[in-house]
Amino acid sequence: MSRTLFTFNGGVHPDGHKTESNGTPIRAMPLLSRYVVPMRQHIGAPARPVVAVGDAVLRGQTLGAAEGYVSTAVHAPTSGRVIAIEPCAAPHPSGLFDLAVVIEADGLDQSIAFEPLDWRALDPSALRNRIREMGLAGLGGAVFPSYIKLNPGAQKIHTLILNGAECEPWITCDDRLMRERAPELVRGIEIMRHALGSATILIGIEDNKPEALAAMRAAAPSDMEVVAIPTLYPGGGGKQLTYTLTGVETPTGGRSTDVGIQVFNVGTAYSLYRAVELGEPLISRIVTITGHVSNPGNFEVRVGTPLSDLVTAAGGMLPGASGEIVGGPMMGFDLMDSAAPVTKAVNCLIIKNSKLFPGKPIELPCIRCGACAKACPADLQPFEMYWYSRAKNFGRAQSYNLFDCIECGCCAYVCPSHIPLVDYFRFAKSEIWEREREKSGADQARIRHDFKTFRLEREKREKAEKFAKAAEKTKAAASNPSEASAAVDPDAEKKKAILQAALERAQKAKESVAPRNTEDLPPRVQREIDEIEARRAAVETKTESTE
Amino acid sequence: MIGSPYTLGGNTTSAIMLKVMLALLPGIGAHAWLFGPGIWVSLLLCSFFAIGFEALLLMMRGLPMKPFLSDNSALLTAWLLALSLPTLAPWWLYAIGMLFAIVVAKQLYGGLGQNLFNPAMVGYAVLIISFPVYMTQWVAPLSLADHALTLADAFDVVFAGQGSISPDAYTSATVLDTWKTQTRLQTPVESILAQPVFASSGQAIVAAMYLLGGLFLLWSRLITWHIPLAFLAGVAVSAGLLHLLDPTQHASPLLHLFSGGVMLGAFFIATDPVTAASTPRGKLIYAGLAGILVAIIRAFGGYPDGVAFAVLLMNVCVPFIDSYTQPRVFGHKIKQGSDKP
Repeated sequence: MSRTLFTFNGGVHPDGHKTESNGTPIRAMPLLSRYVVPMRQHIGAPARPVVAVGDAVLRGQTLGAAEGYVSTAVHAPTSGRVIAIEPCAAPHPSGLFDLAVVIEADGLDQSIAFEPLDWRALDPSALRNRIREMGLAGLGGAVFPSYIKLNPGAQKIHTLILNGAECEPWITCDDRLMRERAPELVRGIEIMRHALGSATILIGIEDNKPEALAAMRAAAPSDMEVVAIPTLYPGGGGKQLTYTLTGVETPTGGRSTDVGIQVFNVGTAYSLYRAVELGEPLISRIVTITGHVSNPGNFEVRVGTPLSDLVTAAGGMLPGASGEIVGGPMMGFDLMDSAAPVTKAVNCLIIKNSKLFPGKPIELPCIRCGACAKACPADLQPFEMYWYSRAKNFGRAQSYNLFDCIECGCCAYVCPSHIPLVDYFRFAKSEIWEREREKSGADQARIRHDFKTFRLEREKREKAEKFAKAAEKTKAAASNPSEASAAVDPDAEKKKAILQAALERAQKAKESVAPRNTEDLPPRVQREIDEIEARRAAVETKTESTE
Repeated sequence: MIGSPYTLGGNTTSAIMLKVMLALLPGIGAHAWLFGPGIWVSLLLCSFFAIGFEALLLMMRGLPMKPFLSDNSALLTAWLLALSLPTLAPWWLYAIGMLFAIVVAKQLYGGLGQNLFNPAMVGYAVLIISFPVYMTQWVAPLSLADHALTLADAFDVVFAGQGSISPDAYTSATVLDTWKTQTRLQTPVESILAQPVFASSGQAIVAAMYLLGGLFLLWSRLITWHIPLAFLAGVAVSAGLLHLLDPTQHASPLLHLFSGGVMLGAFFIATDPVTAASTPRGKLIYAGLAGILVAIIRAFGGYPDGVAFAVLLMNVCVPFIDSYTQPRVFGHKIKQGSDKP
């Protein structure tokens, strides 16, 4: 309790709307008949499917294996049969489809044999490999693969911070988790400590959650400190929480590990406990469903559950619902397709109505009042960034530190002219990324071109030298003809073989190159193309037979 | 696509402008009480012309009327200009002032938020250069006036010209005017201060009421302390130095603070966010220099007051000041971020 807290600049106090959903215990979802499990549920490379259509799977069985370093595995939420592996709707602001394994449940919910792990006896590196296979990713929303974050590397992680701030309005999944499952959560933290070797452990919880604070204080051993932090959005942002608890600023462009601090969401700690001590992979998480719905509250939801089924479980939308937000109202996004499933990143679904979320007022000109700068927790000057983003002067926008923006939404929240500032910043960032991609593409093309020119030059030179040599040889052969014919023959043979091999390679390459715009198609389009291909094949065989 | 945040804090431009106008009410009330009802006429006329010009220009620019007229920004400009001008001037003087404030300084620069110069001060500067005589005919405090005008009289004077009542009966020089002319005549300071206009304290009370309204703006967090404090300190320190050097020519800093446009300028004019510096350090530099300029113009310039010119001159420097005073961004090293191209 004696810990000195630091106050970051800015921040806002939006209405909490926590009581709508935090009054009832976490409920279980009924078993569904169909689950859609996307392979991309974490930051980094999507998992690679390791099952085939028609395969029978058990709960907890690996559906997708981690692919590359920044990746993690994906598992079956229940037992059943794989009925499709195809692009499906995903909970993403773009509304784009993602590759998913669709499972038809058999209703038995049989699981693989879970193998609890004696982690205290295990060295941290073996523990991390296990965590990678268990599919753990940060459940606070960023879903960075946990096994990487549990690798201190060359850095010494002296402080481990558990993020139970839950500063976004409406969301209460971490609150309920801490109230109901604090002892298990604390055991997860102990596993983290084992992996990282941290001396100090701080659990930051906003002071609008007295029950969660009490439960965590009761469960935490004396060498973990549960700290009540002031309720101030975005106090649960990684950088803000780190600063509040330690007074240390995460360096720009870096991570908190650069200053010896690692931050995990409390939900991740709980899932880590289940993965390691119970041997159960990450196949479920707590999700808040709230807003304009009959029975708001928190559910323990299996990953892959279509969001529409979650709405049904909460009693369905009330009349007059006007849309759905995935995540919180400050940083979440509009759900494009309610067939999209719950992934490891989905912590909340808010059903909108026109009273809770009235339409945005008309955008007026910026009067440079500076309210946004006062509210910005990153100490930026959003009105200047807005000015240059709007003018598409991205260089200047970047010189005002656009990339230090965490997109928390405080600026747009306070703006008296109702300018969607964050939208401008997201636009500017994506434009800059796009240009950088183009630039690096162009650079590569130039390098390739330069090399090709160099290669052609070299070949020409070598050819000339060869001719010169051959001419000399012919001259020499003129004096000794029998020797010459014996020498030429094997050379020609070799040339012929090389030519043949090259031809074959080219043929093969031609076959394997697929047109680029036929990748990742929605199933409807893919079906159409298949039909067309079938027709074409039929026509071709016909013409062949008539010939 | 409009994304998050999906919830807003409820700030509006029109509410901000309205609150600033509310903060002007104590000063306006004091003015009406001490100088007679003429202020209502000039406020009304300026408001009328401001809305008229704004609507006309919005129409010509093809912009929607409702959101822009209801932002109250033109009204606030009108009030600030009306409070800077002598009351009971001919009606066309207000019209010309608002024409330059709204049409030239604001709309021709691109409308709300785009103007480089403070619109009210542009209107004021045009008028004082073009019509210096009208700009010196200030209404006398009621306690000194031979003839106290009624509201009907005031309308009469503004629209029909001076008519039956001689302006001498209700106008007088201001404190700053008197000081400037008398010190040039080498009148001893004691006899200058003994003149009735110094005894009436009418202007000082109005200034004190602007100070009160300004404190309300600070309390309601519509402005930060930087600009008013730096502006007043700039005036006080430089006027104080001049006063120390030569008290026979330069009035005391207290007289400077509570006369003319200093209080109105410090809290309501220099703080116009569109045309003021926006970074904390930038605000101090901008307003401090503006305050120093006010004292210098008052002491050595041709006009008795200098708030308008000081603010306009500093408006020119704002982009430059802002760009060199960017605050440190979270997570950046101490030195970084301050040197912008």
